[in-house]
Amino acid sequence: MLADDVAGLLLAARTEIGSSYPSLTPDIAALHLFERVLYEKFAILPEGHPWLKPVRFDNPAGPGVGEMNFYRIDGDEVHEVAVGPIHAGVIECGHFRFQCLGEEVLYLEISLGYHHRGVEAMLTGGPLARILPLIETVAGDSTAAHAFACCTLLEGLSETLPSPRGQHIRALALELERLACHTGDIGAIAGDVGFLPTSAFCGRLRGDWLNMSAMLCGSRFSRGLFVSGGTAFDLDPALAHVLTDKVVLAARDVQGAVRLIWNSPSVMARLTGIGVLPASVAASLGVVGPPARASGLARDARRSHPLPCLPALEKICVADRGDVGDRTALRYDEALASAALCQNILKDLPAGGCRAEKQEKIYALAPKHIAVALVEGWRGEVCHVALTDEFGHFAAYSIVDPSFHNWAGLAYALRRQQISDFPLCNKSFNLSYCGHDL
Amino acid sequence: MFEIFLERFRQKTRTVAFPASLPALPPRFRGRPFIDADRCAAAGGCCSCVAACPWHAISFENTKPALDMGMCIFCGECACACPQRALVFTTDWRLASTDRDALVVRPAAYASPRQPGGQGAGLRASSGLADDDDERLYVLPELPITSVTSLAAAFARSFRLRQVTAAGCGACEADLNVLGTVVYDMGRFGIDFVASPRHADAIALTGPAPRNMRAALLDCYAAMPAPKVIIAVGACAISGGMFRRVAPPAPDSIQGAPPQCRPALFIPGCPPHPCTTLDAFLRFLDQRTPR
Repeated sequence: MLADDVAGLLLAARTEIGSSYPSLTPDIAALHLFERVLYEKFAILPEGHPWLKPVRFDNPAGPGVGEMNFYRIDGDEVHEVAVGPIHAGVIECGHFRFQCLGEEVLYLEISLGYHHRGVEAMLTGGPLARILPLIETVAGDSTAAHAFACCTLLEGLSETLPSPRGQHIRALALELERLACHTGDIGAIAGDVGFLPTSAFCGRLRGDWLNMSAMLCGSRFSRGLFVSGGTAFDLDPALAHVLTDKVVLAARDVQGAVRLIWNSPSVMARLTGIGVLPASVAASLGVVGPPARASGLARDARRSHPLPCLPALEKICVADRGDVGDRTALRYDEALASAALCQNILKDLPAGGCRAEKQEKIYALAPKHIAVALVEGWRGEVCHVALTDEFGHFAAYSIVDPSFHNWAGLAYALRRQQISDFPLCNKSFNLSYCGHDL
Repeated sequence: MFEIFLERFRQKTRTVAFPASLPALPPRFRGRPFIDADRCAAAGGCCSCVAACPWHAISFENTKPALDMGMCIFCGECACACPQRALVFTTDWRLASTDRDALVVRPAAYASPRQPGGQGAGLRASSGLADDDDERLYVLPELPITSVTSLAAAFARSFRLRQVTAAGCGACEADLNVLGTVVYDMGRFGIDFVASPRHADAIALTGPAPRNMRAALLDCYAAMPAPKVIIAVGACAISGGMFRRVAPPAPDSIQGAPPQCRPALFIPGCPPHPCTTLDAFLRFLDQRTPR
């Protein structure tokens, strides 16, 4: 399944394969993880793959999690730093292996799989009558993005059109999620360089955005909002009015809080030129979302693949240096654009119900079909693909979280950096472990 | 420098009044469930709620439903399915208990706070799930949190938590993290997250703890000095939540905190609201929170 962003097209192709095929990774680096997963799940060997290691360690008979040959640099003065799986902060688990010369990182290898819960396997044979709560936990901070993608799939396969009003409320939830995460991460970046004012303000503001989601549906993470055909909760004019006021106030406070960074040379000096991901590398690794846009790649599924009933995004925010500073600035720009988008949605909500009428058909899926959904979450493009068998059950359900593409980008950005800058680089990407491990 | 002061002035002081006063939760917040015995009996044991629960958190017990908050994700499907509106989600955020069995909600007699002898202001049932024709207010008895006195005395004014994410999705973690921000400012009660298990009094455990995380979790627990406790935060850590799998083979079962480290405190939710968690921590340390 390939996407042509410029033309807004999806291209589907298939082939018969036996137990092996010549690896495509040497020519197309972006495929390296896909080939590894196919090998791990189905034992289909990509011959000549330069980096054939386990990804999620999901085979009880295979190597234990983290047991693999890490890339190693020899030399009298080279030392190795191993971090994780449990990290120092309140954060998910994964293992990082640094090859260092003094303070300088020569190479970083990231080994994940600790969070493998087997979500895709649980979905096969479905749809479960209540698939959505499970999808909402694929990556807990991207609840809206994943639930949106799953609903889009179910609607596509059951030929149901979502309610336009519900679709706009979904888009609102998606933008609130973006605002919460971008604001929180800018605060965390400020915290990592020891600039406490922005860190404290943004920590509070992140909660304000989450509380707006809670006003909408009772959950700070939009749990329970998405149902196939639309949303479980509607917005009356009074609530829309209250939310609009809150969006305006919070956006103003975000501007005030983040402006302090731009006006503090000591902070900017710590962000500029650190963790550079050049555009050519981002493109060849298939990086998506804010890290791709900060490196100058104008990729945004909201523009290239707009969802039903929603207008295409008018302008994609991009930057060009691809360092931590650009990733911070880009997320600030996106947050402000997103706040404006929220206000527009709240102003012009389509009339009608928030759920589609023909609800009962929604889990009767077309047999022998394939469906694809692309949703631009705050972290980047979320892709769900489902394949149905002759009874209309899922023969396969595959989820690609943006983190799946982007971890390799983070590993690259660390090269030739001080190891002490790892937290800063990591925060500027803020990738999901469980979204990768599923 | 001057700009920073000015901005600080603009952004104001934002620490919540909780626990000195009741938290302001949104009307649609789904908190502690309540099953009205009379209404449930009127439905004649219809079992709609049992069938509606996506994750088998509601079971039948002597022809009556029993809802296990330790498995509940508070999605509200059961409340929507109940024809008598016997099962409702109130906006009560106080969900935690040290007694695992106390998390099971069984049908009980409804008592109005307006009746003689009724106490407290009462909390609404969460709206938006069913027709909003119910004007009832609910006052629910407090769930037991019995802090072991020696622990409470030892930890009362300095409680250090090591957070371990055993394959949590990130939502529980985010709402634990928020306790450290200026909004909840957990530090004012002497509670903080620490980086090393050597400095920790408790593990705040999130996630269902599947096979790939178990060794790391047990290593972390072993590295902590005694006395030490496990606090299970969220449905996943309490029971495995949606990922619960108890069928053999044993290494592949998923049921939250493994038997080698049994939790002393259970905080239900998916994820628990920060007020739920803070209320639990404070009562565990024998500090009162408002009724």
